[in-house]
Amino acid sequence: MSGSTSRRSYGVKGAPYGFLLPATVLFALFFALPIGYAVWLSFRKVRVSGLGLGSGARKEVWAGFENYTGAFRDSELLHGALRVLGYGCIVVPVMLGLALLFALMLDSEKARLAPFTRLAIFLPYAIPGVVAALLWGFLYLPDVSPFYFVLDKLGLPQPDLLDGGPLYLALSNIAVWGGTGFNMIVIYTSLRSIPAEVYEAAELDGATPLQVALRIKIPMVAPSLVLTFFFSIIATLQVFNEPTTLKPLTNSVNTTWSPLMKVYQDAFGRNDIYSAAAEATLIAVVTLLLSFGFLRAANRRNKQEATG
Amino acid sequence: MSTLAVRKAAPAAGTTPGTAQGPPLRRRIALIPTVTLLLGAVYTLLPVAWVVIASTKSGHELFSTFTFLPGTGFADNLKDLNAYRSGIYWEWMGNSALYAGLGALLSTAVSAFSGYALATYRFKGREAMFNVLLAGVLMPPVILAIPQYLLLAKADLTDSYLSVLLPQILSPYGVYLARIYASAAVPADVVEAGRMDGASEWRIFTRIALPMMIPGMVTVFLFQFVAIWNNFLLPFIMLSDDERFPLTLGLYTLLEQGANTPALYTLVITGAFLAVLPLIALFLVIQRFWSLDLLSGAVKS
Repeated sequence: MSGSTSRRSYGVKGAPYGFLLPATVLFALFFALPIGYAVWLSFRKVRVSGLGLGSGARKEVWAGFENYTGAFRDSELLHGALRVLGYGCIVVPVMLGLALLFALMLDSEKARLAPFTRLAIFLPYAIPGVVAALLWGFLYLPDVSPFYFVLDKLGLPQPDLLDGGPLYLALSNIAVWGGTGFNMIVIYTSLRSIPAEVYEAAELDGATPLQVALRIKIPMVAPSLVLTFFFSIIATLQVFNEPTTLKPLTNSVNTTWSPLMKVYQDAFGRNDIYSAAAEATLIAVVTLLLSFGFLRAANRRNKQEATG
Repeated sequence: MSTLAVRKAAPAAGTTPGTAQGPPLRRRIALIPTVTLLLGAVYTLLPVAWVVIASTKSGHELFSTFTFLPGTGFADNLKDLNAYRSGIYWEWMGNSALYAGLGALLSTAVSAFSGYALATYRFKGREAMFNVLLAGVLMPPVILAIPQYLLLAKADLTDSYLSVLLPQILSPYGVYLARIYASAAVPADVVEAGRMDGASEWRIFTRIALPMMIPGMVTVFLFQFVAIWNNFLLPFIMLSDDERFPLTLGLYTLLEQGANTPALYTLVITGAFLAVLPLIALFLVIQRFWSLDLLSGAVKS
């Protein structure tokens, strides 16, 4: 990156690498190296000789796929995965359904107070997941909750929101509350980029707003729906903060409620970093496989649409 | 904005012949979007309203008065929070500001460099580098954080400010946004003209390209600021000394201790209320500089 004209061509050639140097170094140190280290650890284990006392008694040795077969047989991990699957089946459709609904309503010319409501619905994005879980956690507690107050006055049964089936709804609600606004903005942005001519034709045909929404708007924003769907699934698989925060308020959330909580518990609760590394690698591989499979399917669909 | 203006005008011309449905029904249909959005706003504002009101209640009022009835204990709650462990709450707030402010600043700089390079230069390995960086988005944070912790422990860096700051500087999403923004905002011929004038690549970037990228970089900064401010997992794993805790972790430990002692509830609630204030204020102030559209990678040229 020299200023002299004689070295300019060298400067131009080297410049992009110079600009990318900080990102590359950070990527190597805080992404590539930790991932490599986790994969390495997942194939290791500690062999304890004798009583496990003394400096040479605990030795790290090669474990092969032992940690992985252990992870596959681990019923806690499996149950965590099933819980998160159930949780995701509630969160993703409800959150994206609401996001799409609000985006369509914002996009209609008849909406009043749109700037206010848009900001209000987006607001939870600025609130940390821990604080969101904390606020809702209190709203779920019978002693302080307005919902229980209303149910009590009406003489209706008062379910325990932090146990059994309702716990899924309670946790899902926190995720829906926190994520709807962001997804709404993504969908709304792509709605606004639809060219005006598309609507003019529909209006000449006498289409109602509902028909315009169903036949034109939703198909045209399909790519951003696909994108939000994809990122929502990834985020759901990684749920950690909300159940961890609710844990002190209820006995129904255990330390291995979600797969990532299980990884954390194994690494720091049980001090078995080798099993934790294997489980973490397994989750990362599942995430990557899902992502690539999904992106390939989405690409194929796009190509079919382009040719068909 | 121009497309919006056109579309606003078009229906006005198009709907006049369609009055066949009759006015009352049409008026009722016209209310649907507003009512739906207001219901959404009520849903999202409900917990925020609750925490605002609950923070005014004394410990006794919290359990005895109606939830949405303001209490009389705000000043006392504030005093208790100040007194708790000789004001550690404000240290947490300061730590959060430090992690988020400095972290987001560094992150924006790295994103701007990388995004600019990826958008304006053609060089070997460009797409490969971009794709590898993007793959970082897909990595579950726990999966990175645990080996990051183990490696930083080897370097004797855990339980330090750096252990929370450093891993959050590179944001794949920030690089992605910066690339999209730079390719839309910095015309190739302007960069070329700079070269013709004999300016160095660094000078072209700082004097010509960077000013053009500012609006996009504000978005990247805010995005990272919110992401770091809201991060819980990384400090949860890295830190054990609560004097270095950010707010999220501090509030969590407070809740953990308070779960069995309802006397601490008011502290947690007041703390949560004060924790959301800075970000809401930031949102309201910076709203007009911040193009929300860019969050989704949309750029109008």
